[in-house]
Amino acid sequence: MSPKKTPKVELTLPIIPDMELAAIKTAEVVAKHMDLDEEKSAEIGMALIEATINAFEHSESDSGNVEIHFVIQGDTLVIKVTDKGRGFDQANVKVPKIEEKLGSDHKRGWGLQLIQELMDTVEFESSPEGTTVTMTKKK
Amino acid sequence: MSDFSLNIREKGDVVVIETTGYLNNVGGEKVSEACCEKMDDGKKYFLLNLENSKVVNSIGVSILIEIIEKLQDVDGKLGYYNLAPIVEKTFNIMGLTKYSTVYSSEAEGLDGMA
Ligand SMILES: Nc1ncnc2c1ncn2[C@@H]1O[C@H](COP(=O)(O)OP(=O)(O)OP(=O)(O)O)[C@@H](O)[C@H]1O
Ligand SMILES: [Mg+2]
Repeated sequence: MSPKKTPKVELTLPIIPDMELAAIKTAEVVAKHMDLDEEKSAEIGMALIEATINAFEHSESDSGNVEIHFVIQGDTLVIKVTDKGRGFDQANVKVPKIEEKLGSDHKRGWGLQLIQELMDTVEFESSPEGTTVTMTKKK
Repeated sequence: MSDFSLNIREKGDVVVIETTGYLNNVGGEKVSEACCEKMDDGKKYFLLNLENSKVVNSIGVSILIEIIEKLQDVDGKLGYYNLAPIVEKTFNIMGLTKYSTVYSSEAEGLDGMA
């Protein structure tokens, strides 16, 4: 595929509170360029907020930056969120249930679930050198 | 960057809270504080107008789960109206809609909570 057919937008975000909002602004512009409908655009935005906050909060990254790549592959948007942090094993993450959250001290643990529900495909590559979440949405 | 503010008023027994801005940890805590204060005054029906909070995150919504839990202890209710479709979808995925109600308008909310 020639570069022309797979336009790429790259964003480097410093770990600063609310900086995830910069990611969703960019996603909106990319989604608009692809002519994605508003529903899909909003789903991408929510998933991106969660993936970005996870990289901010959990990576314990020294580099202090999170990289976000948007790649337009035909009618599919591929988004990669990468941190250079400690990594994690997705198999150890429990699926959250509100019934269990009510009455428990731990109300959180929803981000990955939301990402999986809102995007078409989601993949995790993680090691002690960092994590990349790759998610896609088809037009 | 994301100034969050609340407007609080009472309609009969119902406390109506209008939020403006990103419902994140900071916004969620502000809503929670407001609800707790009113609960101390004996209020137990809360209706959130989220028209001006079209962007939320899981941390902010988790704080709403805390509010639902506190209201369960006093037989109270939490409701919402003017939700952006993505916010409603998020509430569905997280299961909030099993323990709180999405209304289509303030009037319907006030009716439903009474
Ligand atoms: N980029 C990451 N680096 C390291 N660990 C991660 C990363 N993303 C997720 N995790 C781990 O996976 C867990 C689950 O993430 P998830 O987003 O589902 O929940 P949470 O972030 O703990 O809470 P919430 O998203 O509801 O605010 C996290 O608590 C963390 O341990
Ligand atoms: Mg998270």
